[in-house]
Amino acid sequence: MKRAMAILGGAVLLALPFFGFAGDYYVNLSSQILIAAIWALSLNLLVGYCGLTSLGHAVYLGIAAYLVGWMTSVMGMGHLTTALLALAITTVLACVFGLIALRASGLGFLMITLAIGQIFWGMAYRWVSLTGGDNGMTGLTRPAPFGVKLTAPVHFYGFTLAVFLCAFGLIALLVRSPLGSCMRGTRDQPRRMCALGHNVWLVRWTAFVLAGFWGAVAGLLFVYYHNYISPHVLSLTNSAEVLLMVISGGAGTLFGPILGAALVLVLKNVVSAYIERWLMLLGVVFVMIVIFMPDGLVPGIRQWWVGRRATAKPQRGGE
Amino acid sequence: MNFWLIQSLNSMALGGLFFLLSAGFSLIFGLMRIANLSHGAYFMFGAYVGLTVLRAKGSFVLAIVAGAAAVVVLGGIIERFILRRLSGRVLAQVLVTLGIAFIISDACLLIWTGDPIPLPIPQALRGTVRIGVVAFPIYRIAVVGLALLVAGGLWMLMEKTRIGAMIRAGVDDMQMARGLGISVSKLFTAVFCLGAALAGAGGVLGGPILSVYPGLDTDMLPLALVVVILGGAGSLVGAFVGSFVIGFVYTFGQALLPDLTYMILFIPMVIVLALRPRGLFGRILT
Repeated sequence: MKRAMAILGGAVLLALPFFGFAGDYYVNLSSQILIAAIWALSLNLLVGYCGLTSLGHAVYLGIAAYLVGWMTSVMGMGHLTTALLALAITTVLACVFGLIALRASGLGFLMITLAIGQIFWGMAYRWVSLTGGDNGMTGLTRPAPFGVKLTAPVHFYGFTLAVFLCAFGLIALLVRSPLGSCMRGTRDQPRRMCALGHNVWLVRWTAFVLAGFWGAVAGLLFVYYHNYISPHVLSLTNSAEVLLMVISGGAGTLFGPILGAALVLVLKNVVSAYIERWLMLLGVVFVMIVIFMPDGLVPGIRQWWVGRRATAKPQRGGE
Repeated sequence: MNFWLIQSLNSMALGGLFFLLSAGFSLIFGLMRIANLSHGAYFMFGAYVGLTVLRAKGSFVLAIVAGAAAVVVLGGIIERFILRRLSGRVLAQVLVTLGIAFIISDACLLIWTGDPIPLPIPQALRGTVRIGVVAFPIYRIAVVGLALLVAGGLWMLMEKTRIGAMIRAGVDDMQMARGLGISVSKLFTAVFCLGAALAGAGGVLGGPILSVYPGLDTDMLPLALVVVILGGAGSLVGAFVGSFVIGFVYTFGQALLPDLTYMILFIPMVIVLALRPRGLFGRILT
């Protein structure tokens, strides 16, 4: 019953932008939130389920977006080929980065992923002939799957929603599969998993590559949404932002990253229209979350809810 | 020939700044197992405080002291009231140190606005000194000298004093150190404040070379991480060697291959990681 209510509530929330009373601004914001949610979900595979904190996840979003931009504008290739090629190349790169980054775990892993991120940020920024440097690439177009143009905000939202549901479903299946259990196992007890005959490194590497793949999917949507890409996409700030989405929402939960993505984007877009110091506010929110709900919003709210019911019940029993 | 000598001095000066930044980062990381991702923001905040003091009082020494002191107070509060509660919770530490970095950088933008401001070089250290045919800027020589002095002082502190022995014991085996009656809690605060002071002083000292601007924090943080990966976490010698290696790679990279500076910077790191994941002078941290 509770579950059905939650699903219904979620469905209503996701369908709201279709009814048109919110205006284009909120439809576009919803699209952005869903794109960020896919991105955060992909990172959550590493951070939440494998316990590998990556500070370079902007790499996959950025590389996929740059590849799409470069192939469609410079090479003049079609959207479908471009999308498939961008996904493939980014995933292959994730395979290679995994080989390097998984030389370490814990904070070493964090630093290596950060370094890889900085390499590509530097490339995008400095290799002007290829990437357009600081000006980025402009004038990109949205694809038209099955002949439907995605220029209208609502149509693009529908497209994003479809991809999001796909990503969410597959990631949910993954974390409940035996591989998902293995991932949690390597997070909590790597030595025991090793003793049980699991290849800890391979499990981590698989998760790393999958995270890269879904990050690339988010990258495609990102570049389709903005029709523009600049080195900022690959910056440390951006990598930090997606990590913060995951952690603030609740790492290792399915809904945490989505809530975190919504929180960050609403703060960034809506609140920044009223308050100039939104970055400071974002920082304050993070510090508050750590102080009051150190496991993130979703586990924190769940605990608070259970605690409230536990204290409420005995009273009712006494009547 | 001139080019190589001048660039070498620039590399040394930059390496000295990197050392001030990363020595504290490395010690904090090695002892407390906290990756203090607000370390770059400490560096920037120190530089800005130094700038204000310099404008008001005109004394560079006072500016360095003030920059360091301001960051020590800030770092001490953060360590005592926030990081203290989060020992062992890596994700929460990442979230909170990044959050603090956001707050600091936005506050700096609010107070000191967005224009890059070079700190003026102190009167006594302006101009150049001729050695043979090459004219070296005196300030950069002074920075190298000061960095070496600090390195020597830190080495003495770590190797020759009781506190240093306690810190080394804590890095090697925290539980055993506790068991021997070392107050690890006080040690944490002391090391955190020491690291913060070095970062703040480094910021002021770097001001005339790098100038202060919004974004200095995110420029410096990755460099500190690279230095620590290269040298090994928790090792002072590692931070020292790593800083100067990165100083040279960065300076010559920028001069010879400006398009690829950032990529070149990370190549030594990738090589070290592939061959010796714990870093050149690091030990395996549990």
